[in-house]
Amino acid sequence: MLGIRGLLGAVADTMTCPLRPDDYWAIINPLWSRRELSGRVAKIIPETSDTSTVVVRPGRGWRGGLAGQHVSVGVSIECVWHRRTFSLSSPPGRPDGLIALTVKARPDGLVSRHIVHGLRPGQILRLGHPSGRFVLPDAPPARLLFVTAGSGITPVMSMLRHLAEGGAMPDVFLAHSARNASEVIFGAELRRMAARFPTMSLYEHHTRPTDGRPVARLTMAGLSAICTDLPERLAWVCGPRGMIDDAESYWRESGIGDRLVTERFHPVTFPGGQGGRVRFARSSRETTVSGDTSLLIAGEDAGVIMPSGCRMGVCHSCLAPLVRGQVRNLRTGEEHGIPGDLIPTCVSAPARDVDIDL
Amino acid sequence: MAASTHLSAGDIEELGEELDRLRAEVLASRGEDDARYIRRVIAAQRGLEAGGRLVMLASLLPPAWLAGTAMLTLAKILENMEIGHNVLHGQWDWMRDPQIHSTTWEWDSASPAAQWKYSHNYVHHTYTNVLGRDRDLGYSMLRVTPEQPWHPIYLAQPLYNLALAVVFEWGIALYDVEIEKAWRREKDLGETLNHLGSALMKVFRQGRKDYVVFPLLAGPAFLPVLLGNLTANISRNIWAHTIIFCGHFPGGTRTFTEEEIEGESRAEWYLRQLLGSANINGPAVLHLLSGNLSHQIEHHLFPDLPSNRYAQIAPQVRDLCERFGLPYTTGSLPRQTANVWRRILRLALPGATRPTAGETSSEPVTST
Repeated sequence: MLGIRGLLGAVADTMTCPLRPDDYWAIINPLWSRRELSGRVAKIIPETSDTSTVVVRPGRGWRGGLAGQHVSVGVSIECVWHRRTFSLSSPPGRPDGLIALTVKARPDGLVSRHIVHGLRPGQILRLGHPSGRFVLPDAPPARLLFVTAGSGITPVMSMLRHLAEGGAMPDVFLAHSARNASEVIFGAELRRMAARFPTMSLYEHHTRPTDGRPVARLTMAGLSAICTDLPERLAWVCGPRGMIDDAESYWRESGIGDRLVTERFHPVTFPGGQGGRVRFARSSRETTVSGDTSLLIAGEDAGVIMPSGCRMGVCHSCLAPLVRGQVRNLRTGEEHGIPGDLIPTCVSAPARDVDIDL
Repeated sequence: MAASTHLSAGDIEELGEELDRLRAEVLASRGEDDARYIRRVIAAQRGLEAGGRLVMLASLLPPAWLAGTAMLTLAKILENMEIGHNVLHGQWDWMRDPQIHSTTWEWDSASPAAQWKYSHNYVHHTYTNVLGRDRDLGYSMLRVTPEQPWHPIYLAQPLYNLALAVVFEWGIALYDVEIEKAWRREKDLGETLNHLGSALMKVFRQGRKDYVVFPLLAGPAFLPVLLGNLTANISRNIWAHTIIFCGHFPGGTRTFTEEEIEGESRAEWYLRQLLGSANINGPAVLHLLSGNLSHQIEHHLFPDLPSNRYAQIAPQVRDLCERFGLPYTTGSLPRQTANVWRRILRLALPGATRPTAGETSSEPVTST
């Protein structure tokens, strides 16, 4: 069968050359193209004042993913396409075939603000495939701990919904930090879940409660007093930089660093290179940027079609071969420059003049 | 050094500033309408092509053959002219859509996009009408300006220009390989062979589609479909050749020497583009089917502005020409075509004089 399908596909390719059959299908319905995976916005659900869930019908070629993964999303804002990465909040394989992304509008975030405030049902998004290592193991452990803050709940929500699908829940402790009760994304659903499953404990930490004085941030030391069996749980932590740094050092110092999985929204950066001229060889584009500008941003601003994914050096979607020059890895501060090296453009900046094969 | 005209250096700088301002205005106002325009043209072109090929399957009936061939011809013309040429110029790169982008686009033409972009976007648009630099000045085979020394071979140029019109896309593919440069040892032989290989591969794939796969699919209508596709390709070749030759070769267009462009400023470059290009006037459908190369002057001033904007800025460019006393060469398609052929015929013979250097020719702004 595969032989016949393959043959038909090859014939169709010769018929549409130099385009692909999908380029014609996409004219009728963008969701039919496998070449440029798209999705149609089905519904927008406001979650909090600055956060919305976008329910999307993914197009042909959507492969699904694992609970907790993120996906690269392209949106057209005033007819210019922008790509960013967002976590899925839906569990994988929903019976209706829809997926959900939950996005918090950052005050200076062009794309996140557009998604939360500007997107309408029926509009088309471009999608990547889910990726990321912030996932549950094949066989969930007996006891789990989730520590989240703000929109860090999003990938964990996908996991919790996935875990709850069978009608039972393993022993889960969720500690979530938000400004106040109404700012808790998925607050109502989480509280319902905790009430429904006796095996689930929910600890909400409100730093700016509406009826009280500001409270200090949630720390891992503080949490260990609330979740007393913390060291025995396999932990997933997702939140702002300070929280992740705290968690990583707490688990490392407790000698249980291998029991922790973290997801950062921002890479740890070590700027400091002098920057230089970046030449994109195949696109014949050139630009000059500072030593703390990633090659990805430099390329996008110069009008190069840059492959991208998580934009924080995790998913490897943005790798491109170095032609010549010296780059600085913004996550490690390390400089290297061997021609042919695959460079993660999202976390690499030019140390000096650089040529990239893009 | 500037191309010599009656304009002072200050005038030329002022002209340059005006044109920069015009360009900035268009850049600032690009948006929804433009994006919708190119998407519509692409959708119409793909629909027309699919429809034409479908109708042609029934081409044992002569009306179906005629309709199918006409649709396919239109689709192929749109694909090369208004879509391919302009996308490859980067006119739509600002949308950052990988599906409509100069770095990812490949077109239904024998010349591979990468080679064409080099010889057209870079060589021709940078050195427009400069003798010895702009290879498009006669395409290395025609004498289109009296400054080119005469050779007996040019006696045959009316004939082989006709032949070139028929096989235009293959001619361009071969031309983009720059074989004559390899012959003169100006281009690496290995690189030339590489380019030749990819051009031949492209020719093979395009030919396989039009002359093997679709005719075979038509079964008993094999031959009519093959002939229909051939007709569509040849019609497009002749059309493209006609439009393109009207861009730089009619009377009123200037050629330049390498000395003239030495140390040329951006404003002087603008002036050269203006003096070296000619428009075609006509209805909106002519502009669409010519890929807006009917606005060759505007296109050469601003090769990367969206083509749908050329018509809009044309009156302003024309006003500037009037203000600075510069010719704005334009005419109807039949007139400009006749003009080009007259020149091809005249220059087939030795001699001929035409003011190509020195003062701006005193031709007035041709009225529409």
